Amino acid sequence: MTIHVHGAGLRHGQVRALEAVSLRIDKGERVAIIGPSGAGKSSLLHLMATAVQPSSGHLELFGEQPWALSSGARQRLRARIGLVHQAPPLPPRQRVVTAVLAGRLGQWGTLRGLLNLVYPTDVPGARQVLAELGLADKLFVQCGQLSGGQLQRVGIARALYQRPEVLLTDEPVSAMDPVLAEHSLALLNRHAQANGVTLVASLHAVELALAHFPRVIGIREGRVVFDCAAHAVSEQLLDALYANEQLASPVVQGPTLTVQIPRC
Amino acid sequence: MLKADARDPALLPRLLFTLLALAVLWPGLQLSELNPGVLLQAENREQIANFTRAFWPPAHDAEFLQLLYTATLQTLAVATAGMALALLLAIPTSLLASRALSLRAASRSGRAGGWSRLVRMPVRGLLIFLRSVPEIVWALLFVRAVGLGPTAGVLAIAITYSGMLGKVYAEIFESVDQRPAHALMQGGSGRLAAFGYGILPSAVAELVSYTVYRWECAVRASVVMGFVGAGGLGQQIDLSMRMFAGGEVASMLLAFFGLVLLADLLSRFLRGRLA
Repeated sequence: MTIHVHGAGLRHGQVRALEAVSLRIDKGERVAIIGPSGAGKSSLLHLMATAVQPSSGHLELFGEQPWALSSGARQRLRARIGLVHQAPPLPPRQRVVTAVLAGRLGQWGTLRGLLNLVYPTDVPGARQVLAELGLADKLFVQCGQLSGGQLQRVGIARALYQRPEVLLTDEPVSAMDPVLAEHSLALLNRHAQANGVTLVASLHAVELALAHFPRVIGIREGRVVFDCAAHAVSEQLLDALYANEQLASPVVQGPTLTVQIPRC
Repeated sequence: MLKADARDPALLPRLLFTLLALAVLWPGLQLSELNPGVLLQAENREQIANFTRAFWPPAHDAEFLQLLYTATLQTLAVATAGMALALLLAIPTSLLASRALSLRAASRSGRAGGWSRLVRMPVRGLLIFLRSVPEIVWALLFVRAVGLGPTAGVLAIAITYSGMLGKVYAEIFESVDQRPAHALMQGGSGRLAAFGYGILPSAVAELVSYTVYRWECAVRASVVMGFVGAGGLGQQIDLSMRMFAGGEVASMLLAFFGLVLLADLLSRFLRGRLA
């Protein structure tokens, strides 16, 4: 058992982001999380990444409760989890090579980390992960000069360079064109399969989720609506998941599954 | 009359704040006995004219220029050495005093825990103490302790400026985008590494610009401290004024102008490179 969320709730002030969410994800599983905007997909991923502490219930990772550990042990645990942010928080003046190498700060000692800031110690390693994402030529460019889609790929490259046992990705391809999105998701899945990495991705594009991931979890208003194999996801399930009473005109549903979902 | 829904809700607070600022300012003017009219009285005008007339032409004989050169170098050395010592103390204290390195804040949307706030308090207190005593007072103290000369000036600048630099550095660390550092700490990185990768790249231009500005202030301060015997340009200005050598004072003020100009150019150059 790699990830075990047990009755977890999360509040941001008055807003309830998650309510009584229970999940089990085994080692090496590849799971997509889908749901309407504001359903709590990001909150769930941040919760699993130990980026936020659940307000109720508890979380178990690799059989340990991260929030019961000492802060040093929790940092060591966190080094085994990679989180790709939807808009990767990278300082605009930082060079891509430094941003990618920062992925292993949790594994390196402070001294190596600080030395690496002045003199990049593993340029070939950074070049290799960037090359897989088609960004090898941007190695020494500042992050501020990249487009949103390129930044997302730098964020993915950092997480791949980290070599985590659990890879959590929050809308990792939302700013990419369809071809790049396909390529990047396929790469993430190949990487996960080849290295036995547990991969969880939140996605707003349902067809991508169904095409790339064996297991799909639908959440709405902070609760798990369905959790089943990708081939078992029916059109009724999706209609119920994305139904929006607040919009004046109802969302037009085509005959195929390619529904146009507003970006989260 | 404005309708309720067209009115800016910030209008009333802004208006009240302006009135409050004026109400506070007026007694201040009264208490400081500010009256620019005094400058225009004939007797005072005469005094000012006599004082400044001696300034022209600035002294420029070889012997004096040699003296001026040494004094300028000494002033620069006092300011630079004082700043270097101040940085030794300011960098660690600013890291301790800043919320930016709180592991707890990283996973609680920026709110640090009560315990870490308690630890930060004595550090902030130390910084306040260091900068609350003016450098001239420290200089007077050190002139008694280590004797007349630049050493007293260096120590005085080191102490006062470490307090100022530490406080402002800590605030600069907190004012930049915290998300990169938080993301790194959430990924298992240590605090210092998260600082280097998440905070420093965004803060470095601001830090350099403030440090160069403070160095400029240190040059000025070392001149003032020269008046109490801490060497450099200030001591020379004091001597020349006592001897009513206006030309020498004028030359030294010109040298001083050159130093500040230099600091300004340096700051602009560094900001250009780092921005």
